[in-house]
Amino acid sequence: MATREVISTGNELAAIAAVDAGCKFFGGYPLTPSSEVMHVISDLLPKKGGVAIQMEDEIAGICCVIGAAMAGDRALTATSGPGVSLKAENLGLAQMAEVPLVLVNVMRGGPSTGLPTRVSQGDVLQAKNPSHGDYKSITLAAGSLAECYTETVRAFNLADRFMQPVIVLLDETIGHMHGKAVIPTVEEVEAGIVPRKSFDGPAEEYFPYECGPTEPAVLNQMFTGYRYHFTGLHHDKNGFPTEEIETCRKLIQRLEDKVAMHEDELESYEEFMMDDADVMLVAYGSVSLAAKETIRNLRAEGIKAGLFRPITLWPSPAKKMKEYTDKIKNVLVVELNIGQYHSEVQRATARLDIDGLFKVNGRAISPQEIASKVKELY
Amino acid sequence: MAFNYDKYLRLEKMPTLWCWGCGDGVILKAFVRAIEKMGINQDDICVVSGIGCSGRFSSYVDFNTVHTTHGRTVAYATGIKLSRPDKLVVCVAGDGDALAIGGNHTIHACRRNIDMTMIIINNFIYGLTNSQTSPTTPKGMWTVSQKAGNIDPTFDTCDLAIASGASFVARETMLEPKKLEKVLIKAMKHNGFSMMEVLSNCHINLGRKNKMVSAMANLEWIDSITISKKKYDTMSEEEQLNLLPLGVLKEDIEADEYCAMYAEIQEVHQGLRGKITQDDFAKKI
Repeated sequence: MATREVISTGNELAAIAAVDAGCKFFGGYPLTPSSEVMHVISDLLPKKGGVAIQMEDEIAGICCVIGAAMAGDRALTATSGPGVSLKAENLGLAQMAEVPLVLVNVMRGGPSTGLPTRVSQGDVLQAKNPSHGDYKSITLAAGSLAECYTETVRAFNLADRFMQPVIVLLDETIGHMHGKAVIPTVEEVEAGIVPRKSFDGPAEEYFPYECGPTEPAVLNQMFTGYRYHFTGLHHDKNGFPTEEIETCRKLIQRLEDKVAMHEDELESYEEFMMDDADVMLVAYGSVSLAAKETIRNLRAEGIKAGLFRPITLWPSPAKKMKEYTDKIKNVLVVELNIGQYHSEVQRATARLDIDGLFKVNGRAISPQEIASKVKELY
Repeated sequence: MAFNYDKYLRLEKMPTLWCWGCGDGVILKAFVRAIEKMGINQDDICVVSGIGCSGRFSSYVDFNTVHTTHGRTVAYATGIKLSRPDKLVVCVAGDGDALAIGGNHTIHACRRNIDMTMIIINNFIYGLTNSQTSPTTPKGMWTVSQKAGNIDPTFDTCDLAIASGASFVARETMLEPKKLEKVLIKAMKHNGFSMMEVLSNCHINLGRKNKMVSAMANLEWIDSITISKKKYDTMSEEEQLNLLPLGVLKEDIEADEYCAMYAEIQEVHQGLRGKITQDDFAKKI
């Protein structure tokens, strides 16, 4: 793969990635620690004929993004936890009406106003179910500067493949980290763009929501001669409101199954020194950087530790995690919350003896802290 | 020859869920006639609605249509219009939709002056959800959430729009559909944000306990609280009290339209012109 070296920050890389991936619209509202995404993209998009707009609030931020995506553009919004809370209802509409978009959440301490300028991973469960009702979220977590770029690109392609919002979780540490990153060239990214499916037959034969039981809707660009209806209500194959019992059941089941039945296309994780590991760390996002350092140090002392790092958080790489935890007794989940992903690891592995190291004071976790926990437990 | 509405309606969705005698259908028909007169292709029009009785407007008309969440019509429409500035984008919202839960979006849409039209169907009540107080419910009226009488002061939609900077503001009622049609055309042709308040009846949910149980009684009440702007302007302040002027209340064709301004922003970033300064605005700040 052709690559290039850049010196940048995580937030800036997410913005650059969006534009390289063909994003034409950004709508958002200033929110620490994500605002730099808007600062950067508001210069980049107009250069390419796109539009970036600062809206009156977080809700309007997601609404105009959904509008642009309905019109047919790749569209992005960026925010942090409090913003996701406000956007939640409309994320639900995007799930229901199957409108693809990317939301970058640069996580800060919560709940409420929390610790606005400090790091956290407290929005992991929020990312799984931001809105009411049943649907299946897709959430990716960047674990390096380069991944702030590559995961944002992947998010756009997945959004168009699955026709729904895709959340990219950054955290304050990785969003504001400044350094060198090796990322794919623009040509490489452009070659990998898979635009959303469209229907090109006669308009009277077009039924946007008539698709296989595990397939997403096929939504043509607006203003192209295929007049149909978007709604957040339960809807029929044309997109019109209905309360017909079977249609309602099938719709919600399909929203679940279009993701659940294609998890192989979504699965992404990194195995770091796992081959001979007898202590398994599970960490994602910026915490994984400290975990890797810990593992190198522990190995120098003769403790064979390894890291399993989920990159796609939702749906979780459950099968792979279970494979490891069936073999490895000592498993420690390290995260900047009180066990949000820990509970998922327990569920996925059917093991209640998974250990956790949690930190919720807005500070990054150090390799020393992780190492002493490992030594204390095992 | 009678006007043929069929081309513009989704006939398979008829009858509408609106109650017998509801004004929403009259407004819908006026809107359709206005579109026909403007001669715009159905494929080039997007109608965005919110939640409430007016929310169903979008599913009955055969354009590109979007039924959004409560209060957010104009925020969705902003994204659609900015990404396709050459298309006609029209929002249809109710009084609760646009002035209560979506009030913030409404005032900022007025301020921003994007070339869109927002039709607010004001029936003075939450109709779909059975008679709760709306920001336009007159003081002293019975609502299901204020059975002892509404004490909340009312919003004047048009005053709010004018104060927020909308470049075109008009008010009509469904009592005069021909006039409504004419003003709707003006609003949609206006280059900038146009706010079109249309007063309508809800004898079922506003009227039932406020002595307007028939559509006619409700309409007579609307007639009694409205007057043409021409007459209104000749009245004393005391006479104007409790009256709403009808007609075009503001039309500013000089105001800078947002999409056009944004096209200049794109030129700045593409190195085709210098940065925008205070001198670039039609009206000096």
